[in-house]
Amino acid sequence: MTDLQHTPLYDEHVRAGGKMVEFAGYEMPIQYPTGIVAEHRAVRTNAGLFDLSHMGEFFFAGEGAGAAIDGMVSSDIAGLPVGQARYGLLTNERGTIVDDLIVYRLADDEYLMVVNAANIAKDHAHVQVHLPPGVGLDDRSAETALIAIQGPRAATILSSVTDLEVREQSIEGLPPFGVTRARVAGSRAIVARTGYTGEDGFEVFVDNDRAAQVWSRLLAAGGSTGIIPIGLGARDTLRLEARFSLYGNDIDETTDPIEAGLGWTTKLDKPFVGRDAIAAAKERGPARRIAGLEVTGGVARHGHAVTKDGAVVGTVTSGTFGPTVQKNIALAYVPTELAKVGTALGVRIRGRDIPAKVVKTPFYKREVGT
Amino acid sequence: MSSVPDDLRYSKEHEWVRVDGETATVGITAFAQEQLGDVVFVELPEKGARVRQHSSLGVVESVKAASDVYAPLSGEVLERNVKVIESPELVNSQPYGDGWMIKVRLADKGELAALLSPDDYRSHIGEGSAAAGD
Repeated sequence: MTDLQHTPLYDEHVRAGGKMVEFAGYEMPIQYPTGIVAEHRAVRTNAGLFDLSHMGEFFFAGEGAGAAIDGMVSSDIAGLPVGQARYGLLTNERGTIVDDLIVYRLADDEYLMVVNAANIAKDHAHVQVHLPPGVGLDDRSAETALIAIQGPRAATILSSVTDLEVREQSIEGLPPFGVTRARVAGSRAIVARTGYTGEDGFEVFVDNDRAAQVWSRLLAAGGSTGIIPIGLGARDTLRLEARFSLYGNDIDETTDPIEAGLGWTTKLDKPFVGRDAIAAAKERGPARRIAGLEVTGGVARHGHAVTKDGAVVGTVTSGTFGPTVQKNIALAYVPTELAKVGTALGVRIRGRDIPAKVVKTPFYKREVGT
Repeated sequence: MSSVPDDLRYSKEHEWVRVDGETATVGITAFAQEQLGDVVFVELPEKGARVRQHSSLGVVESVKAASDVYAPLSGEVLERNVKVIESPELVNSQPYGDGWMIKVRLADKGELAALLSPDDYRSHIGEGSAAAGD
């Protein structure tokens, strides 16, 4: 694995017994000795720590930065207040998905865009083509570490090692999708209440050379309430239960936002790259749609065929056993008329059609306010 | 170190065999379940099915992937472990106990010669017979 890159937390993962695998050009932990199911449960019941330093961070600055991003991201960036973040898509002129991302408004004319690790180079090229002169783009992916702390105890643990720059603010008081500058474990950081697990949680951006210290301090701070490092395996089961799309699996440049079930993040009453194609796709009505499946008698995996009465009608894009829902769950593209909740389908596993049923998503929804 | 009980025989594909007269009980080793991680699904042949040495007898799926289980011996399936189908995590918690998979009526006892001794299996998984003081 000589060509693979390491995040600044590589040594921490190895020391903790992380099983390292290739992911998006990086050597990353797929799980720790605790195992995927225990890691998954820790995030649902206590707290877990994720190294997401492989992800890409693009910083935008200058007058017109917001309008420029609004012109290439599907969601409403023009209407994003300072201190808030929003999920959205980069789409191309054909109206298919270049990447999914989160845009954070840090100041009046200062934005952060966080993109998938495997797409950093592609996104950078795409963004540069559509960026007007006068708006600066600084790709700090290689210098920026990203640590996510997720789970019902995340706020308590993070707040115990964090000083916010604005005295009246508190970590607990940061709204969902809120973003602010802070000092975490003594290091300058950007803290946002965002995540990819379906739980309450935060994402903490720091410079690479501070990452190991912030990681260790958060682990130590959570010691008494229970916090463990989480690998990519549980990251995938957590996000799938919460029905978050995974780029490269569920969405890519062959899928449009409407069929992917991401129409809610496309603001079609504003101009943006790909808007016309997406509006046309919506007008036509998609021929296929992504559906949530519950599979009884086997585990569906990416690439498995979906069947109806023995005929292949679609493909599974993500599938796993969901440790919290205690069911085999999947996302699959199927003809629109077969995407209705309750439809009986099959998933072809090792040559046999295993019964599957279209169910409502998300598969898991956290109870808020308890 | 993975546990490798002394009273069992092993296959290179990480199954264990407990022979009792004409009957063999089959499961996967502690080493195998450690490599797989959390087992969430087990598929086993029905009673009366015939399995052939070195051919796939069933599948175990962990959270991340599916893996074949190979028949260490040929024979007729006398019983499959319904408990392990209902509670696949038994493969992780008790690989040599309640996590067993099938009982087979041996077709050819001569096939036993192809199986590994506990010491040979320890070497096979790179753990040697380090417990020399036992």
